[in-house]
Amino acid sequence: MRDDVIVLAHGGGGTLGRALLEEVILPELANDALAELGDAAVIESPGGRLAFTTDSFVVKPLFFRGGDIGRLAVSGTVNDLAVTGARPMWLSLGLVIEEGFAVADLRRIVGSAAAAARESGVEVVCGDTKVVGRGEADGIFINTSGVGVVREGVVLSPSAARPGDAVIVSGGLGEHGIAVMSEREGISFETPVISDVAPLWGLVDAVLSTGADIHVMRDPTRGGAAASLNEIAGASGVTIALNEESLPVSAEVSAACDMLGLDVLSVANEGKVLVICPEAEADRVLSACRRHPLGDRACLIGSVGESRGVDLILETAFGGERVVEMPYGESLPRIC
Amino acid sequence: MSPQRLSHDAIDGLVRRIEGAIDRVGRPVRLMEVCGTHTMAIFRSGLRTVLPEGLELVSGPGCPVCVTPPAYLDRAIAIARLDGVTIATFGDMIRVPGSAGTLERERARGADVRVVYSTTDALSLARENPARRVVFLAVGFETTAPGLAATALAARREGLENFLLLAAPKLIPPAMEAVLSGGAAIDAFLCPGHVSVIIGSSAYDQVARAHNVPCVVAGFEPPEILLGIAMAAEQLAAGRSEVEIAYRSAVRPEGNARARAVMDEAFEAVDAEWRGLGVIRGSGLALREHLSAMDAAAAIDVELPSPSEPEGCRCGEVLAGLISPSECGLFGVACKPETPVGPCMVSSEGTCAAHFKYGLASGTHGGRS
Amino acid sequence: MCLAVPAKVMEIDGTTARVDMAGNVREADLTLLPEVRVGDYVLVHAGFAIGAYDEETALATLRDLEEITRASGDEGDAP
Repeated sequence: MRDDVIVLAHGGGGTLGRALLEEVILPELANDALAELGDAAVIESPGGRLAFTTDSFVVKPLFFRGGDIGRLAVSGTVNDLAVTGARPMWLSLGLVIEEGFAVADLRRIVGSAAAAARESGVEVVCGDTKVVGRGEADGIFINTSGVGVVREGVVLSPSAARPGDAVIVSGGLGEHGIAVMSEREGISFETPVISDVAPLWGLVDAVLSTGADIHVMRDPTRGGAAASLNEIAGASGVTIALNEESLPVSAEVSAACDMLGLDVLSVANEGKVLVICPEAEADRVLSACRRHPLGDRACLIGSVGESRGVDLILETAFGGERVVEMPYGESLPRIC
Repeated sequence: MSPQRLSHDAIDGLVRRIEGAIDRVGRPVRLMEVCGTHTMAIFRSGLRTVLPEGLELVSGPGCPVCVTPPAYLDRAIAIARLDGVTIATFGDMIRVPGSAGTLERERARGADVRVVYSTTDALSLARENPARRVVFLAVGFETTAPGLAATALAARREGLENFLLLAAPKLIPPAMEAVLSGGAAIDAFLCPGHVSVIIGSSAYDQVARAHNVPCVVAGFEPPEILLGIAMAAEQLAAGRSEVEIAYRSAVRPEGNARARAVMDEAFEAVDAEWRGLGVIRGSGLALREHLSAMDAAAAIDVELPSPSEPEGCRCGEVLAGLISPSECGLFGVACKPETPVGPCMVSSEGTCAAHFKYGLASGTHGGRS
Repeated sequence: MCLAVPAKVMEIDGTTARVDMAGNVREADLTLLPEVRVGDYVLVHAGFAIGAYDEETALATLRDLEEITRASGDEGDAP
């Protein structure tokens, strides 16, 4: 750690966040389940394997095109369980609310959370509410912890990608990040892009039910597909190559990224899943995704190969090649 | 917008044109892309992996983040620490190192530092916060300077006394002259597309004539850049040294006279310091007398540390096109994107950052077979 | 370093225009380009329209390159 203060980027899911984890937090908490650093912890229990995860939500603005913090809080945790191969069963819901927050807004948020829970078949079985003085929290912060039951025989791990595997994404990239950013003070613009925030257990279950041999699943949230695939490649000791022309990106998302100077691969998604499986299984996985409403634009976007000394490479539309590095941790709109 | 897709055949065609031209020149060719946005576009499109042997692309000083001297950052940081001050800045400046620290760290320590996308956003901040002084870090080249000028004039018209500029915009043609006089062996220039929208391609006539270097103004899509390179290579092969426009959809010889007039109303040309290139005569812009009350450097008194460059940092030579990043002893060792020492590694589009990322792609340097 | 994006002018209100960038709509200041009309394409940088953009010319340039490639198998002249 070269800083004695926390900067925003420590929370961005990128390289600085990793440093904070490895140098300050993990040494205190070392245990096998935590060391795996998957999206959810899988624990042996007398009744089989449980998955357990937690996430805090600080999105701004609270209400955005396509969703709100309530929907996000449930979907995010459900999805972390789902990509571990676990049927999400129970969530906790912890609220920290700023004094002066409108009750109507709170009702709306809790309502969204409840709806998302029903969509995923999960129950919010415990919770907590705290209120702090005006100015001491930015509206509302939410934490959800979730427990799921891992499907029999399913072992998904970020370190399981192998040369010869196919890389699949369930649909369009960059929608959540652009939708939220478009309503951020200072860079607002009107856009038809809406957040893709959605609970994905139904889609994941459909893919797992094909019986295909799946190696890795990941939901590419903060840091986008770039962060997730860099992490997976690093953990698995391979090089992942993406094909730029295959990336599903809508024209509006692409234009917004151009305007803001962002790489769509580093923009957050909240309703997408990355699937890495042997190439021979790719068609089966793609069919299963496309039959599901949340996966109808699923496509093959790349492949896994032997390590070439870098984690993630992009074969550009122009016919060239470049490295896609781990995002720093805070997407800044650039002008120069 | 325009589908900027060129068939693989047409790309091959352009590459062959470049190869042919280099053959006729009979020796390796060094082409400087002046503009940091070109460096970024070239890197992101993987264009380097497509170019033939014998053509070397040298990155130039066209990155306002990289050429901002530490003293400017020191002043911005000192001002940021004052009560009642809001710093408004384009995103790239947040992580640039001053002599000790960055704006990002100051924000973490409680300074009010806001990232803005447009200059008018900075004006809005001043309007909405009359009790605070809003200091806008006005950096950029001729693409940005007219907008900075328009904003300053609007602030004056509105009587917004709490809006100030820390002004350090810079001009491209004098920097190109300085690169050549600094001894960098450059055969031709790829000129910045959007700067040229403002200043016009005729702004490069002087450089082309005086130094016998072709100057081709190129756009930012990979096919446009490749076309610009082909045109420059062909000029060299034919022994010509003219100014040509490869970006005809946006650039004209005369540029945007209205934008230049607005720029001229608010700013005057002064000598300016470029990190690594030293002081270049007439290469910067300062607020004119009638706007001097808006000049944050004059209006706000702060104590500054003595400016220092990080030890061993050779960003200056990289920006001047004298060395490539890998020739700097810190490159890839002490200086990497996560632990940047100098500004060329800080900006995700800085030359050293681009080379660092590109250099890791194995087996694909130089060209296609 | 200058990111500027082509945009179509949808509405003009004094010195401000609403411009469309492939479906994303933003405001742009027209102080530097006062003669622009609705339906024109402009380049937008840092919230300002800085110059006119001729999409036809951009497309024509690409078309020419394709033509030259098809017509000859070797180096052609500059377009």
